[in-house]
Amino acid sequence: MPPPLRPRRRFRQPSVIPGFGLTLGYTLTCLGLIVLLPLAALVVRASGLGLSGIWEVATDPRVASALRVSFGVSALAALTASVFGFLVAWVLTRYEFPGRRIVDAVVDLPFALPTAVAGIALASLYAPNGLVGAQLAKLGIEAAYTPLGIFIAMVFIGLPFAVRTVQPLIVEIDREIEEASATLGAGRIQTLTRVVLPPLIPAVLTGFALAFARGVGEYGSIIFIAGNLPYVSEIAPLLIVIKLSEFDYGGACAIATIMLGISFVTLLVINLIQAWSRRRFGYV
Amino acid sequence: MTGSTAIRVETLSKTFDTAAVLHDLSLDVRAGELLALLGPSGSGKTTLLRIIAGLDFPDRGRIVFGAEDATRLPVQQRAVGFVFQHYALFKHMTVADNIAYGLNARKRADRPGKSEIKRRVGDLLDLIKLSGFADRYPSQLSGGQRQRIALARALAVEPRVLLLDEPFGALDAQVRKDLRRWLREIHDRTGQTTIFVTHDQDEALELSDRVAVLAKGRLEQIGTPDEVQEAPVSSTVLKFLGDTIEVEAIAQGGEVRVEGRLTPVTAPAGLVGPVKLYARPWQLQFAESHEAHLHGTVRSSYRSQGRQRIEVDRPEGKTVVVEASDTARLPAGRAVGLRILAGHVFAG
Amino acid sequence: MSEIATDLPRPQAASVVTEGGLVRGLLVTVAIVFLALFLVLPLVTVFVQAFAKGWDAYLAAFREPDALSAIRLTLITAAIAVPFNLVFGIAASWAIAKFEFTGKNLLVTLIDLPFSVSPVVSGLIYVLVFGSQGLLGPWLIEHDIQIIFALPGIVLATIFVTFPFVARQLIPLMQEQGTAEEEAALTLGASGWHAFRTVTLPNIRWGLLYSVLLCNARAMGEFGAVSVVSGHIRGLTNTLPLHVEILYNEYNFVASFAVASLLAGLALVTLGLKSLLEWRYAGDLAASGRRH
Repeated sequence: MPPPLRPRRRFRQPSVIPGFGLTLGYTLTCLGLIVLLPLAALVVRASGLGLSGIWEVATDPRVASALRVSFGVSALAALTASVFGFLVAWVLTRYEFPGRRIVDAVVDLPFALPTAVAGIALASLYAPNGLVGAQLAKLGIEAAYTPLGIFIAMVFIGLPFAVRTVQPLIVEIDREIEEASATLGAGRIQTLTRVVLPPLIPAVLTGFALAFARGVGEYGSIIFIAGNLPYVSEIAPLLIVIKLSEFDYGGACAIATIMLGISFVTLLVINLIQAWSRRRFGYV
Repeated sequence: MTGSTAIRVETLSKTFDTAAVLHDLSLDVRAGELLALLGPSGSGKTTLLRIIAGLDFPDRGRIVFGAEDATRLPVQQRAVGFVFQHYALFKHMTVADNIAYGLNARKRADRPGKSEIKRRVGDLLDLIKLSGFADRYPSQLSGGQRQRIALARALAVEPRVLLLDEPFGALDAQVRKDLRRWLREIHDRTGQTTIFVTHDQDEALELSDRVAVLAKGRLEQIGTPDEVQEAPVSSTVLKFLGDTIEVEAIAQGGEVRVEGRLTPVTAPAGLVGPVKLYARPWQLQFAESHEAHLHGTVRSSYRSQGRQRIEVDRPEGKTVVVEASDTARLPAGRAVGLRILAGHVFAG
Repeated sequence: MSEIATDLPRPQAASVVTEGGLVRGLLVTVAIVFLALFLVLPLVTVFVQAFAKGWDAYLAAFREPDALSAIRLTLITAAIAVPFNLVFGIAASWAIAKFEFTGKNLLVTLIDLPFSVSPVVSGLIYVLVFGSQGLLGPWLIEHDIQIIFALPGIVLATIFVTFPFVARQLIPLMQEQGTAEEEAALTLGASGWHAFRTVTLPNIRWGLLYSVLLCNARAMGEFGAVSVVSGHIRGLTNTLPLHVEILYNEYNFVASFAVASLLAGLALVTLGLKSLLEWRYAGDLAASGRRH
């Protein structure tokens, strides 16, 4: 008998399907030139500043305030979007009502509507003389040109993320588990909180993280309604633009690096949530 | 019709990632025969079929088509007809376009004319008895019909060999039986060299001219259905071909004894000492205590397809299933003796 | 064969185990009011403001040469960026979905990367490479090649922000379809290219159209990244969204909303076609079409 074959690990499982080298080569070339190389330029530039240089920019009062506004308001907005997003997803998948399909399509509006268009529309609506702004003014609430305006814009762009991450999972819920819970004597509230909601938590968290990351980076839909007052309603992306127009490349890079770092951490957290979810519930 | 060697598989080895799936496997396929590759899942049978087709590549060994070394021949030039387990019909094409695909894919110089293609498709549709279905789409067909279309599509290119991967695996029991018979008829009519992969021993034994039994990437035995059933070369083959009862026995001088009592089973020369005796459920018979090889108490009995099956607990804890045509029901707990009428012995 | 639909399935047949009618009605109302207020109202505002001073004022916005050049630039940009990402997306999904190789997950993550980068940062990185103070800046100036504050920069930034669209739609679709049909085509004698053209392409056509639609909407509407690299030179490097911004900042609201209504119209058409595709060809779009 011949000696047993020594098992080998290969870079690629052999396949009869042609075109691997060509398509992978093209993919890597495009990825390298369009995405990785320019991002590397940022990393190179930022590493030139060193950690102390970045820290110096970050602790500049105006920058620190902008970062606080971006991250703080985005977290609140993502939270709001998650709550209402869950409600919308639940209603869309569970209840039959006239215009359901249209409502479902409307959810994607912030994906499709260019951010600048959303920006000027929100600004004109919430301006003190705008349709909504005037009503709010009567209540003594200023929306436009304050962090509240930023919050509104961030909820707008974050909502589809919150809806679309939980919606498919609500669709997948087996109605029998709810019926099982009911036959075992659980009331509706108990069934929802003990049986239905727990498996949806990872998706809700993922939706929150996506909406949060999007809010932090968002520019177009915010700058019109924000008013951009330094120390009050100035967001970090705008500050990058301002630094660039002042040819302060170092400052722009430092802020960009911080934002990039945060979005990578967010990405990592999303992956961890999904890995955990796969282990715990068997799906993402 | 069967005779010369159509395909020779020589010392084929293949590993996937870290697991070896084929070990030094050699096999001859005769021209015009219907050969079954039979084995449990993970035995490497589908991999072997895909290597013959050129859809997978061996780490070692050769595939020879007739006199031509085909090991490195690209799949397109092998002229094989492959029927995939889930058919892999082209969803967006009509039945006729599916069948004509291989002809249309040829270079202009080798491509038959439009009317010729139409005629060939028509002939094939007649052959598979789906003449009225040319303009249907695969999604409008039943599983059995899709299977037949997949076969017609493979036959359209006039392959040197027809390869079928678990051809009836995805079908209902009744459709499966009908299609089996039908495939045999098609084979008898066309004389097409055919290899099919199955894990269903009934299917392999009923349908094929020869059966190759694979286990753990090795060829255990190849022979006619009668040969592998009457003279299995290993306990693996024997066990895979049907239900068996396993009994400790002693062999000496060609004779085999169970619990000291002589059985009608003979041991091959050279097999001496403690051995295992294997018998089918119908190779046992209830007997008086002084004639019995085995003793036990009835645990339960049930009827299945006109036969009575009785489970008997043996004193040492094993349960054996006996098949009898006796109609008398044996009550549970009754002490019985069993006599071995026939069987095979292999080294323990 | 399991098909994961992106379409909106009907709610399952009424079960006794559900919320009471009153609660249902309340939740539906809250959801609809919320969506109307937050999503629909801004959209309506665009058209209301655009027509605030009547048709003539609306049309006047498009008689401006600057508006026309913005439309032209936006169309040119999309006409380059979308096909580029189409070819890239097909190549990437072919390599990723049809083959098993080490490092595949990393590759998918890297392709998705532009989605998690702020649009402003997406513009910035190109300034860092091609700007006058950038890595290649001196060399470009020496050879008199203008990338930043010119069409190439705008196109590059647009390609970056729309980079993952086609690939991420097609990868799960092709993975789900597997390789059996391609293998079948090859055993029947088809060349790789022939198999791709006659088998793969028809199988992914609706997913492809779907992703091109979304990619195009984003390409034409991109604001942040393009804003950073364009330099806002009127009549030269202004795309439609940038033109909207300039008009708005000049308090020329009617013209600004008029141009914006063009983009909003594009968004509505995109949404309509998207919903139509999801409704009509749910099974052919496959998993994960929803997230962007």
